[in-house]
Amino acid sequence: MRKVAIIGVGMTEFGEHWDKSFRDLTAEAGVRAMEDANLAGTKIDALYGGTMAAGRLIGQEHITALIADHMGLNPIPATRVEAACASGGVALRQGYMAVASGIHDIVVVGGAEKMTDVPVNDAAAALGGAGDQEWELFLGATFPALYALMARRHMVEYGTTEEQMAAVAVKNHLNASMNKYAHFQSKVSIETVMKSKVVSDPLKLFDCSPISDGAAAVILAPLEMARQFTDTPVEILASAQASDTLALSSRKSLTELRATKVAARKAFEQAKLAPADIDACEVHDCFTIAEIMAVEDIGFFPKGAGGKATAEGETAIGAKIPINTSGGLKGCGHPVGATGVKQAVEIAWQLRGEAENGRQVKGAEIGMTHNVGGSGATCVIHVMKRAD
Amino acid sequence: MDGGGMWIAGYGAYVPRFRIAAEEITKIWGEEASRIKEGLGIAEKSVPDIDEDSATIAVEAARNAMYHAGLKDPTEIGAIFFGSESPPYAVKPAASIVAEAIQATPALTAADLEFACKAGTAGIQCVMGMCASGMIRYGMAIGSDTSQGRPGDALEYSAGAGGAAFILGGEKADAVADIKHTCSYTTDTPDFWRRPGADFPSHGGRFTGEPAYFKHVISASQMLMKETGVKAEDLDYAVFHQPNGKFPVQAAKMLGIEKGKIMPGLITPLIGNTYSAASMLGLAATLDVAKPGQRIMATSFGSGAGSDSFLIEVLDGIDAKRGRARAVKSFVDDKEYVDYGTYAKYRRKLKSL
Amino acid sequence: MTTGTGLALTWRKIPERYNLMGSKCDNCGESFFPSRKICPNCRRRGRIRKEKFSGKGKIYSYTLVASPPSGFELEAPYPMVIVQLDEGARVTAQLVDTAYENVKIGAPVQVVFRKIQEEGKEGLIHYGFKFKMTPGK
Repeated sequence: MRKVAIIGVGMTEFGEHWDKSFRDLTAEAGVRAMEDANLAGTKIDALYGGTMAAGRLIGQEHITALIADHMGLNPIPATRVEAACASGGVALRQGYMAVASGIHDIVVVGGAEKMTDVPVNDAAAALGGAGDQEWELFLGATFPALYALMARRHMVEYGTTEEQMAAVAVKNHLNASMNKYAHFQSKVSIETVMKSKVVSDPLKLFDCSPISDGAAAVILAPLEMARQFTDTPVEILASAQASDTLALSSRKSLTELRATKVAARKAFEQAKLAPADIDACEVHDCFTIAEIMAVEDIGFFPKGAGGKATAEGETAIGAKIPINTSGGLKGCGHPVGATGVKQAVEIAWQLRGEAENGRQVKGAEIGMTHNVGGSGATCVIHVMKRAD
Repeated sequence: MDGGGMWIAGYGAYVPRFRIAAEEITKIWGEEASRIKEGLGIAEKSVPDIDEDSATIAVEAARNAMYHAGLKDPTEIGAIFFGSESPPYAVKPAASIVAEAIQATPALTAADLEFACKAGTAGIQCVMGMCASGMIRYGMAIGSDTSQGRPGDALEYSAGAGGAAFILGGEKADAVADIKHTCSYTTDTPDFWRRPGADFPSHGGRFTGEPAYFKHVISASQMLMKETGVKAEDLDYAVFHQPNGKFPVQAAKMLGIEKGKIMPGLITPLIGNTYSAASMLGLAATLDVAKPGQRIMATSFGSGAGSDSFLIEVLDGIDAKRGRARAVKSFVDDKEYVDYGTYAKYRRKLKSL
Repeated sequence: MTTGTGLALTWRKIPERYNLMGSKCDNCGESFFPSRKICPNCRRRGRIRKEKFSGKGKIYSYTLVASPPSGFELEAPYPMVIVQLDEGARVTAQLVDTAYENVKIGAPVQVVFRKIQEEGKEGLIHYGFKFKMTPGK
């Protein structure tokens, strides 16, 4: 296996892009990544694209061939990857494996979702497809409801409070306010979160990530070739993925994501690192409770201590383990298929020391991305290191 | 009457939890609550939840009847008749939904019956005949309705929701009551109807009384008493169709039956008129308190118009089955009041719903 | 946008939706809902058979859905629960006939038969299981 590096990254602003189509967004992110890598399109050998629900959101399947076409990359192979909200992260892993195996040298990995071309309820129904359609969504559950059922157990088993969940939103909005690409540019208070409308008790509107449009892209190359393109390659030390049941009711525990625990354990083994070695981590905070569970399941905090740690500021920039410096899904936005790739973009910026506006983690050398599909049926984790 | 299996193996009831009080409705229409309550003899009526219809109510009643009868193998049920004037589909039986939900499929016959408020008792007669002929070993007859009253109409104070299911057949030694006799009285009397596609029924006002309800109920009851030789004083209880709280009291008086004998089965004042279920729920409530050896006369009425009358004798088996399923009273007592707005939403009276 | 409402799909699901028909592996003893073809514990050594659940259980977790999906607008807000069935399997469902403030983890519940979704005024009505708190407990 060859070592793999990220040689270029780019993304669109996340938010409501009323004036841009799926094609526009992917082209914009792709061009920014190629410019960042100082790379001609003719050098690219393959494209992997992560998108969750293009079929339901824009009525377009066969989406990666379309992207390759609009980026002027034909006739390279273009492969779509779908793993619900983990589509982007799993696409990155597919690209990583293609380069590591030696099948391809230069690979572009894109993630995108165009969510605002349909009414909000249709977007929510499309997202619902990440859960068990027949035995959760059909029966009246929503995606927030599934995470609310997990939150309730977490509150009962570990004493996690709604205020602690609100602290996740407050921190991520603060980080997002320092990220010009973020969907939300404003800070919020605990009180604002606590007083927001209940979506699915105990989760309120500000506990939920928004419906966003956006795209992100990274360019991968073998590490030994990376310096031809960039002075700041970021090496991918580990890529791990795990699966769990779609239906929450089929799981032994609702207070952890088994797929996260398994993927994290494998990733740390591959990277020969421990949680304490991570300088910045982007976790999948589709709901505030998801971040609390993630920081526990990855191993940054003991099980049950994630809420308290967050409320006490231990996950802020400059603290014990900065979580979601981009603003996370909550603050930066969540164009579903783009999220996993955006996480890699943010960590690359952190490791290159290029994160702007005061959100740079000083001296960050090792970073991690944690991307979850649905209510936890897929988890994909990448560990990255500044290649000195 | 001869023939086997014409006895009740078990019965089950179901009444939705929600109630709307007469005062809550009079508030909307500027009526005097005391006048309505006195005039109709109805203080409050049951309201089905937004996700309940005559099929879900029938399934709940049928499942309770299965518990009560203690029937281990539901495929022994050879016939299911679903009587309703508010079926969920105009075309597609609800009887088959019930059959599937109690796992009685596939070797059985099933059909939906319609005869305004007496479709359920017509089903009992169908099952009696099939049991007596040996066509089936067990059969189930259900009366279930979620009837609508036009906003502001007198029916709005009375049209309730509920269901009752009776299982007939099996061994007489296990039965709770014997149906000694039945007869019917039917004429073409247009006192109440609903055309296809119409949301609400139309009715003949005071015409629904004397030439419709009373003529048929009294005639059928008198026919039953004449054919069996049973006199009013021989009856321990009587149950009549109860479109309101007043008519059955009046009918008992006309037949010389003491008021006390109809009281255990008179539940319309508390849950409203449950249409196809009304006389069957009344019979179920009476059986809930009756003792072996006691005699009950039950007479239904369906607009359009007809009455089925039954002479029922309670058997020893009733004591062994008491308490297996929820008694009618527990449904009547378990309630939560809703306001008119909630009621209008649940009953989809708002035009956009 | 309703899902899970295809005609053949609905028909196929009737045993599960009406009667909580799940499955059990006689090799490891674990019960499953929805039913499975392969036991995830024993895989090919598993002996899977149908099992009808009693419909009795306890609330394992709960929420109140205030922002409903399409087709559930008239019912909102409504509680959704995960029920731990007496046989061991868990199932996600709506809870009816219960004020939300009375919903508690561990409270006994029993299955009821209700409408799940309706396809407008002319389409199919989908029936199935919901739960209610067991009276008097």
